Amino acid sequence: MLQGLPILSLVIWLPIAFGILVLFVGKDRDPAPARWIALAGSLLGLFVCFPLWTGFDRVATMQFVENVPWIAHFNINYHLGVDGISMPLILLNSFMTVLVVIAHWEVITDKVAQYLAAFLIMSGLINGVFASLDAVVFYVFFEAMLIPMFLIIGVWGGPNRVYAAVKFFLYTLLGSLLMLAAFIYLYQQTNGSFEILDFHQVPLTLTAQVLIFLAMFMSFAVKVPMWPVHTWLPDAHVEAPTGGSVILAAITLKIGGYGFVRFNLPIAPDASHLLDGFMITLSLIAVVYIGLVALVQSDMKKLIAYSSISHMGFVTLGLFIFNGEGMLGALMQMISHGFVSAALFLCVGVLYDRVHSRQIADYGGVANTMPVFAAFFVLFAMANSGLPGTSGFVGEFTVILGTMKVSFWYTFLAATTLIFGAAYTLWMIKRVVYGAVANEHVAALKDVGKRELVFLALLAIAVLAMGLDPRPLSDVMNPTIQELLRHVAQPKI
Amino acid sequence: MNLATFSLATVAPAMPEIVLLALVSILLVAHLFFRADEQRLTYGLTLVSLAGVAALCTVSGGQGPTVTFYGMFVSDTLSQVLKVATLLTVAATLVLSRSYLELRGLLTGEFLCLALFGTLGMMVMISAHHFITLFLGLELMALSQYAMVALERDSVRATEAAMKYFVLGALSSGLLLYGMSMIYGGTGSLELSRVAHAIEQGGHNTYALFGLVFVVAGIAFKLGNAPFHMWIPDVYHGAATPTTIIVGAAPKIAAFAFIIRLLTYGLQGLTADWQPMLVILVVASIAVGNIIAIAQGNLKRMLAYSTISHMGFVMMGILAGNEAGYTAAMFYVIVYAIMTLGSFGMILLLSRAGFEAENIEDFKGLNQRSRWYAFMMLILMFSLAGIPPAVGFLAKLFVLNAALDAGYTWLVVYAVLLSVVGAFYYLRIVKLMYMDAPTTEITLDARADTRWMLSATALATLILGLIPSPLVEICSRAIAATM
Repeated sequence: MLQGLPILSLVIWLPIAFGILVLFVGKDRDPAPARWIALAGSLLGLFVCFPLWTGFDRVATMQFVENVPWIAHFNINYHLGVDGISMPLILLNSFMTVLVVIAHWEVITDKVAQYLAAFLIMSGLINGVFASLDAVVFYVFFEAMLIPMFLIIGVWGGPNRVYAAVKFFLYTLLGSLLMLAAFIYLYQQTNGSFEILDFHQVPLTLTAQVLIFLAMFMSFAVKVPMWPVHTWLPDAHVEAPTGGSVILAAITLKIGGYGFVRFNLPIAPDASHLLDGFMITLSLIAVVYIGLVALVQSDMKKLIAYSSISHMGFVTLGLFIFNGEGMLGALMQMISHGFVSAALFLCVGVLYDRVHSRQIADYGGVANTMPVFAAFFVLFAMANSGLPGTSGFVGEFTVILGTMKVSFWYTFLAATTLIFGAAYTLWMIKRVVYGAVANEHVAALKDVGKRELVFLALLAIAVLAMGLDPRPLSDVMNPTIQELLRHVAQPKI
Repeated sequence: MNLATFSLATVAPAMPEIVLLALVSILLVAHLFFRADEQRLTYGLTLVSLAGVAALCTVSGGQGPTVTFYGMFVSDTLSQVLKVATLLTVAATLVLSRSYLELRGLLTGEFLCLALFGTLGMMVMISAHHFITLFLGLELMALSQYAMVALERDSVRATEAAMKYFVLGALSSGLLLYGMSMIYGGTGSLELSRVAHAIEQGGHNTYALFGLVFVVAGIAFKLGNAPFHMWIPDVYHGAATPTTIIVGAAPKIAAFAFIIRLLTYGLQGLTADWQPMLVILVVASIAVGNIIAIAQGNLKRMLAYSTISHMGFVMMGILAGNEAGYTAAMFYVIVYAIMTLGSFGMILLLSRAGFEAENIEDFKGLNQRSRWYAFMMLILMFSLAGIPPAVGFLAKLFVLNAALDAGYTWLVVYAVLLSVVGAFYYLRIVKLMYMDAPTTEITLDARADTRWMLSATALATLILGLIPSPLVEICSRAIAATM
C-alpha cells in the first residue's frame, strides 16, 4: 500500500510544511487556529511514521531508501534511509512533538504561532538528521536545527534566556564546524563521495582516524553532552520553556549519542579502540560526578538537567565498551531517557504553570492537593532512578551487564548511579510531593486537567511498556548493532 | 587601427558595452531636459537600460572565448555570466533604494548616470584581456564611485568618506600600475595571453615577480582584503546606504573577474608565488573581519567588517589554485552580492525621512513590528554566518572543500574556528530582533518596490540554499570555459 510513497521525505517535510502553514495562519490575537493546525500537523507527522515501524525488516540494512542527486557537481545526494538505530529515534521524536504541542496549549500565550511553528519545523529537521545518509544533507539538518532551538530558548525562555540561547548556539556551532572539516577531509579520501556509508568503508591511517574522531567528538560530545563540555545544558534547560526542555532532553541529546554510533565508531574504529579509555573515563566522570552535582541542586529543572547528563554518561559508556550488551543498553537508555526526562520536565512544567517556581523549597506535600499528578510524578521518578519494570531499568542494567564483561571497577563506578540516581530523584520527590502541605500556594493547587492527563498517561504507558517488554525494540535494534560491532572490530588502517 | 580589418564581427563581442555606453550617453543628455518631477523617467530608463543590456548579454556570445580588438577584449561564458550578475545586481540596488533616494533628493540624473558608468566600467573589467583594458575598466568604475560617494555633498561624513576612498583608491591604482609596468618589463607584453606565455617560457622572472607583489596588493585593496581594508568601514559607513550597496555588491563580482583574468590566467605561471601572498591575505582578512566586527555598534560598519571576512573566503577559493577553487570563489562572490543587497536593503527598509536605521539597536524588537521582515533578516544573517539551509553555508562549504583539496588543512580549521567568532555578531542581530522589546512603534512604511526586492533577495538566499545546482553548474561551466 505504501510502497511507492517516499515515507522518509514525508516524515521530514510534512511537519515543516505544517510549521510554515502555522506561521502564515497564526495571528497573535487569536491563537486557536494555529493551535489546532499544529496539533493536526504533529499527529499527521506521527501517523506517517507508523509505516516505518510496521514495514521495517528486522535486518541490518538501510531501509526506506531515497536517493536523488542534489548538487550533482559535488556528488551530493539527497540520500535518506533508516536502520534499527535511527528508526526508533524518528518515532520518538515525532511522538514527542505531539506531546509538546499538547503541553503548550494553555501555557504559552505569547507569539503562539511562532512557537508552534518553531517546534514543528524543528521536528522535521531532527527527523532529517536521523534519516540522512549523505554527510552534507546530515549537516544541513544538524545545523538548521539550531535556528529554531535558538529562538525557542531565547524568545520563550526564562529570565536568563538570551545568555543561555547564545551559549547553546555557539557551543554547538563550534563543535559542528570542526565536524564539517572532517567531512570534507573524508570526501577527499573517498575520491568525491559524501555518502556516510562510503565513509564507513574508506581506509584511513591511525593519525587521520584520531583527528577525525576528535573533530567529530567535539561536535557530538557537546550535544550528548559529555563532561566537561556539558555546561551549556543546565543553562539551556533551565531557561527554556517546558516544551523546549522536553525536546532538548528527549531528542537533541540523543543526536549526540546517535552521532557517535553513526560516525565516530564506524568511520574511525581504530581510533575508537585507541581512545576508549578516554571516552569511558569521561563517561564515568559524568555518571559519578554529575550525579553528585545533581544531588545538591535546589532548582528542579536543574536537577533533572544534571540527571540527564549523568544518564547520558551511561550511553557513551555503553557505546565504548564494544560489546553487544553495552551497545544495546546504550541505545535502549537513549530511548528510555527520552521518555523519562521528557516526562519529568513536563511534570515540573505542570507545577511551574501553577506556582511559577522551580525551586524545590517552594513546594512540599503536593500529593495532598494533586494526588493524580503525584502518582505520575513518582512513577517517572522511579523510572529515572532505574526501578525494574520501568524503562529506566532496561538500559542501565544492560549497560552494567556489558561493562561487567570488561572491567569490575568500571562496573563498580557505573553502578553507583543506581544509588546516586535514586538519591537525588527520590530526595526531590520527598521534598516536593510528600510531607505536610508547605504553604498556601501548594494548598491552592488544582490537580491535573484532562489535557495534562493525556500527555502524562501517554508517557506512563510508554515507560511501563518499554520496561515490561523491551523485546520489540531490541529486536529492531539488534541486527544493526551486531553488524556495527562486526564492522568496528575490523581494523581500517 | 587599419580600417580594412574593421567589421561588425570584430565589434560584436563588445556589443553589450557599446550599447550601454550609447544608452548612458543619451540618458546623460536627455535627463537635462526632464523637469525635476520627471526624474522618475530617468530612473525608469536606467532600469530598462540595465535590463536590456543584461538580456543582450545572455543572447550574445556564448560560443567559446572570442578575443577581439587586437587582444584587448575577450568575450566568453565567464564574462557573460558575470556581466549578467553585475547588471542585475546594479538594477536590484536601484530598485531597493528608490524610495530612500527620492526622500533625500538623491534620485537625480547624475546619480543614475554615474551608476551606469560604473557598471560599464565593471563590464569592461570583466571582459578585459589586456592590462590596459583592465585598468581602464577599473578606473571608470572607481571614478564613478568616488563621485557617487561624494554626491551627498551636504554630508560631512560622506565627503570625508569620499576623500578617503579617493586618496586610498588612487594609491592602490598607482600600486597596480607600477606592478603592471614591472610585469611589462619582465615579459615584454601587456596582453594577458602573451604575458602568460612569456612567463611559462622564461623560467624564473624577477621583474614579473616583483610586479606581482604590487598587483596583488592592488587587487587586495579593491576586493577589501586585510591588511588593505582600511577604506572599507569608513566608506561603507560614510556613504549614503544606496551608494554603499553600489560600492559593496556588484564591484566584488567585477573584482573577482579581475582576479581570474590577472592571477589565474595572465600570471598562472606564477601560481606558486602568489599563493603564499594570498595565504597572508586570507589569514588577516578572516581574523580582522570577524573579530573587529564584534565591537561595532553601527550596522553598516559591522557589515563592512563582515565583508572583509567574506572576501577572505573568496580569496581562499582563489588560493586553492584549481578549477574547483575558482568555481567555489565565483559561487561565493555571486552569493555574497545577493546577501549584501539583502542586508543593506534592510537598512533602507527601516530608514525613514530624516532617520537612518543604521545602528544595530534600531533592529530591536523588529519581530514585534514586522514578523515577515524580521524573518527575512533572520535568513540573511544566518546566511552570512554560514548556517544552513541558507546558501551562505554552501558557499563556505565549496570554498573550504577547494582549500582542503589544495592541502591547506590548517587554513580550513583556522577559518572554521573564526567562523564561530563571526557567528556571534550575526546572532546578536537575531537576538535584538527576536528577544528584545522594540524601542519604537512606528510601522514600516517603505514602498512596495523596496519591500518586494528585499523579500526577493532574502528568499533567494534560502532558495539557492535548497536548490543550488543550477548556479553551481553555471559557475563551473563558466570557469571551465576560461581555463
